[in-house]
Amino acid sequence: MQKSLYIDPVKCTGCLQCEMACSYTHTGAFNPSKSRIKVFDFEHEGRKVPYTCTQCSEAWCLHACPVDAIKLDARTGAKVVFEDTCVGCKVCTIACPFGTINYVADTGKVQKCDLCDGDPACVTACPTDAITYVDADWSGLGRMRAWAARANSAAI
Amino acid sequence: MAWTRNILRVNLTEGTCTPEPLNMQWANDYLGSRGLASKYLTEEVDPKVDPLSPDNKLIMSTGPLTGTMASTGGRYTVVTKGPLTGAIACSNSGGYFGAEMKFAGWDMIIFEGRSPEPVYLYLENDKAELRDASHLWGKSTWVTEETIKTAHQDPQIRISSIGQAGENGVLYACVVNDLHRAAGRSGVGTVMGSKNLKAVAIRGTKGVSGIRDFKEFLKVTSEKKQILAENAVTGQGLPTYGTQVLMNVINEMGALPTRNHRDVQFEDANKISAEAMAEPRASDGKPQLVTNAACFGCTIACGRIAKIDETHFSVVNKPEYWGASGGLEYEAAWALGAANGVNDLEALQYANLLCNEVGMDPISFGATVGAAMELYDIGVLSKEQIGLDAPFGSAEALVKLAEMTANGEGFGKELGEGSKRLCSKYGRPELSMTVKGQEFPAYDSRGIQGMGLAYATSNRGACHLRGYTVASEVLGIPVKTDPLTIDGKPALVKAFQDATAAFDSSGLCIFTSFAWTLADIQPQIQAACEGDWSLERLELVGERIWNMEKQFNLAAGLTKADDNLPPRLTTEPAKVGPAKGLVNGLDKMLPEYYELRGWDGEGVPNGATLERLGL
Repeated sequence: MQKSLYIDPVKCTGCLQCEMACSYTHTGAFNPSKSRIKVFDFEHEGRKVPYTCTQCSEAWCLHACPVDAIKLDARTGAKVVFEDTCVGCKVCTIACPFGTINYVADTGKVQKCDLCDGDPACVTACPTDAITYVDADWSGLGRMRAWAARANSAAI
Repeated sequence: MAWTRNILRVNLTEGTCTPEPLNMQWANDYLGSRGLASKYLTEEVDPKVDPLSPDNKLIMSTGPLTGTMASTGGRYTVVTKGPLTGAIACSNSGGYFGAEMKFAGWDMIIFEGRSPEPVYLYLENDKAELRDASHLWGKSTWVTEETIKTAHQDPQIRISSIGQAGENGVLYACVVNDLHRAAGRSGVGTVMGSKNLKAVAIRGTKGVSGIRDFKEFLKVTSEKKQILAENAVTGQGLPTYGTQVLMNVINEMGALPTRNHRDVQFEDANKISAEAMAEPRASDGKPQLVTNAACFGCTIACGRIAKIDETHFSVVNKPEYWGASGGLEYEAAWALGAANGVNDLEALQYANLLCNEVGMDPISFGATVGAAMELYDIGVLSKEQIGLDAPFGSAEALVKLAEMTANGEGFGKELGEGSKRLCSKYGRPELSMTVKGQEFPAYDSRGIQGMGLAYATSNRGACHLRGYTVASEVLGIPVKTDPLTIDGKPALVKAFQDATAAFDSSGLCIFTSFAWTLADIQPQIQAACEGDWSLERLELVGERIWNMEKQFNLAAGLTKADDNLPPRLTTEPAKVGPAKGLVNGLDKMLPEYYELRGWDGEGVPNGATLERLGL
């Protein structure tokens, strides 16, 4: 079964544990500037929103790459950057409509979420369950259940 | 190394930025943040210096756990000699700025001298530049942050700045970071203003890579986060209600200072409480509280994000205040509310927003208004002198006086000097509810006896964050003690003070101590830092820091007479509540405390104590 990151912004407090966990997993340092998941703070609305790659099925980044440096991990569904192949041309960063693949000047390569090989560090680190890792086919299950709970409620 | 081992020395007079290695001997003896910055200050600054002269220094410092995955690991401290107190000033803040300093590769920044023109420090990893801030002078902390981010085309910069209060010499000006987090007390922002330093803007992309044993660190920090999550205070009370969870509790205890400490219970406490913030308003059907929020790395998330009532008289036609922003914490709600007898929650939030915007401490400001209202009440101050009617309970007066103080207008200039100078000027010094010139926070020491000693002996003047015996006396953490007696309180105060100094020096937040003891911090430091960091060593570090701060104050000219409480608290019994009939028993606690500390009868550390602590 494939799984997807499921993000519920209402639960996010803006602690950035996810960014630290992501950067530590991929770079060996606590370094939010190298995180592949970013928390956005809509200060004047009181909203904080974690955002990262949705692993598109028809991935713009993958198709745009001229050297085939981005490949599908069939097991997790992640589109993974192979740094040895990447030439840092940045075409993928232009192709991605969501901005979730970005160039890293330090390495001369691009980086994006790779789902940590099926065990996303951001999910483990999130203290409020704002980021969870759920059945990719049923990311709507929680909301369906919430609506279902309202059915026949008058009978209770 | 959890320390970056780099400090930046900024000479504002010369306009130079010079890196130098961290003194690792001092890091080993004083850990980081509060302790380490205080060590540098005491070594480099003459304790008798005029706090607002170029010879004073201002130090911003992280701790070894700042910028790590340890819960609450985002704190930094601003240390200087304080203009409000003449004592060592040391104010701690969360938000994201502290971690960013660490990510840029710096443990500490030391500011010296005074810039001839307004400047801000721009730090991009190793790159350090002083830049012109003349266009920012006179601007609020909010505008300053936005302007700097726009100018650099970089929304990811983190900024600490002063607002108009720090520029105008309000003696309790803050350093504000991330819009509404503040190194709040003792006028550290006033010192920053005196140096013509408007802001520090940092972008750090190096991260923290020097953890001694990452695997062990992740394991132990994860275990400790679980303790926070399962604790009733840090797992439920604080995220749900914030520190405001205390308003009704402390009022019930008869320990909520009201109307300049005339009373110990506020009849309208429920109108300015956490519960009131969550109550839908009649005007728009929405509660003032929007959500809770965390500082960097914090898994507690006690912060309040609130929206003011757009129809409230204070903000009519002022849309700049209508958005979500930092909401009332317990201390601010008390100081702006109960301390003045004001029960208008929206007026309190407006004054709170102003404090963040212009950068001034809502505790000292609110308490100073309380003193002014008492002077007005007894006829010492007239409507003409103040410029308006200022009876206890007047939300209109609170709002107007906040604006006048923020802008340095009229009587606001006098309020900006704090309650000690105000009450002395008008011949009633005994009405100033201060220790060492700093206003009390939100606990009346007639109803919580240990806090009287904690206030009197706090090295930065009256403060709840130097020895929070409320935890024991009210909440039973780590053990319940009777708030109405003085028995055992000197030892309790000493233990809290020493442990807090170590907590504050780690880079973590003292609020973790609702669930953790120093024994929970110890393995996190041990996993992060080289060397043997035993619990005993951390306790010694805490006690060493306390005594070092004390020595600085003694050298600055403070004496036993400054370890005191206003006569109201020691001679006027509480009128109602559980503490009815009680005054604070400081006179009985203080000698025992001095003895426990290894200090002589005048509060001077004796030779054996100094030797034991390596001072």
